[in-house]
Amino acid sequence: MKRPVIGPWIAIIIGVIYFLVPLIATFEFSLRMKRGVYSFEAYRVVFGDPNFQASFTYSAVIAIAAILFGILIVVPTAYIVQLKLPRLRPLVEFITLLPLVIPAIVLVFGYLRMYNSSSWIPLTNSVRGTDFLLTCAYVTLALPYMYRAVDTGLRAIDIRTLTEAAQSLGSSWPRILFQVILPNVRVAVLSGAFLTFAIVIGEFTMASLLNRPAFGPYLQLVGANRAYEPAALAIIAFIITWACMGLIQLFGGGRQNATRR
Amino acid sequence: MAETAAELARTRPRPVSLTWLGVVPFMLFALMFLIVPATLLMIGAFQDPQGNFTLQNIANLNQPTIIRAYQTSIAISAASAFGGALLGFGLAYAVALGHVPRWIRPTMMTFSGVASNFAGVPLAFAFMATLGRTGLVTALLTSIFGINIYRYGFNLLSFGGLTLTYLYFQIPLMILIMTPAIDGLKREWREASSILGASTWQYWRMIAFPILWPSLLGSFLLLFANAFGAIATAYALTGSSLNIITILLFAQIRGDVLHDPNLGYALALGMILITGLSNGAYIWLRSRSERWMR
Repeated sequence: MKRPVIGPWIAIIIGVIYFLVPLIATFEFSLRMKRGVYSFEAYRVVFGDPNFQASFTYSAVIAIAAILFGILIVVPTAYIVQLKLPRLRPLVEFITLLPLVIPAIVLVFGYLRMYNSSSWIPLTNSVRGTDFLLTCAYVTLALPYMYRAVDTGLRAIDIRTLTEAAQSLGSSWPRILFQVILPNVRVAVLSGAFLTFAIVIGEFTMASLLNRPAFGPYLQLVGANRAYEPAALAIIAFIITWACMGLIQLFGGGRQNATRR
Repeated sequence: MAETAAELARTRPRPVSLTWLGVVPFMLFALMFLIVPATLLMIGAFQDPQGNFTLQNIANLNQPTIIRAYQTSIAISAASAFGGALLGFGLAYAVALGHVPRWIRPTMMTFSGVASNFAGVPLAFAFMATLGRTGLVTALLTSIFGINIYRYGFNLLSFGGLTLTYLYFQIPLMILIMTPAIDGLKREWREASSILGASTWQYWRMIAFPILWPSLLGSFLLLFANAFGAIATAYALTGSSLNIITILLFAQIRGDVLHDPNLGYALALGMILITGLSNGAYIWLRSRSERWMR
């Protein structure tokens, strides 16, 4: 407090330069497609590319499927562990941390060994099967974030009282889960969902090794063959990530403030 | 013993099975998409193509290409984790305790949330547009200062370039982890130490640092594992020209090199061991540091 606050400012200025310059440079680069003038030509080309539309749609569909499947697996488990089986908590938390320990490329290598065409469960034999495998792969990638979001959300509400109230009114278990508990943790579930979307939408390794026409492999292909479109795509990807995080803040932030006051 | 068993049976007749049923989908999913695939790889590392036990795959890791790939991966991960930890800590400290305007902190935290997830292929594009041969910063440095960084040996498609690129998600991750830890330093500790006549240096050396070091070291390890398993950015940036372990494994899975799946399993086993150790140490250190963060 006695000392001047120059140090923190230096840190912040260096940080701002390091973080903003690549964004500015990328944006500037993306506008240079037409010789001599700035234009949004690269964006027009990208958005007009049928492969962009197809791969983005594909990845978005897989992402949404992964989010729904993830919710279906995580919410009941987190709920039961918190309410009935606290002894299982260390095990479940350990499992949800595993995707951070096992790199994605190793995991997909394991899938290729376990689900290849000559295995017991030849998921990679069919297109639908591989899509399902990719969806499960993305559920796995998002598991640490989804579980933590839902678990934190469940801790913030009184699930015991809610459950007992619902039970004494004669609710069945599925009804308690999906009509009582789920609506009460929807903020947490939504933030887990947006985070999943941000992680999964441009994912490259798994989609590429499973040979699916996803957005990540498309990005890589454009990057290897084009000059200005990659910059435009980087800006688009940054905006998508920003939108996902912004939505989390929008939902989560409002709620946090409400409970604190 | 018998009494407790009887008691258990009486207090939880039917719901028990129902309760356990509820975690079955999760456990089944974890088995099918996490535990069994990883275990199969680890078993495969100790098998020959016919399925007999062997240590040959592990011995085959001892090739110059593979050793160098592990070394480069470890070096890049360590360098980007160290740089990320240092700069991230500086920024976390600045926003938490630096007496800067209030709006900076939420802005920085939101941005960190975005940037720590802005990885993969698009990040490579951004750095190519910035520091690639025709990138904006490269061009500006040449035209304004007359310094062509590529003539001075800089190359984005190299160790230094990749480390610099990785910092873009490492620093924000560090900010996200460390800011709460720095918030955990109680104002009273600082006041107490200055009442007792401690200097700022003494406060940091004898109070703040001993409390923070598990978080610091733990975050370093998390950042290390984060960079070690990454591939998309490096692949999009350098193609397969940079010999790091993830790119080598990627090529191996694609069937471009080596032509020996069991050697691939051994490569994967090595990766799991390295990320497992650093993540395990992180989790252990975090539980240590949480004692002070209540």
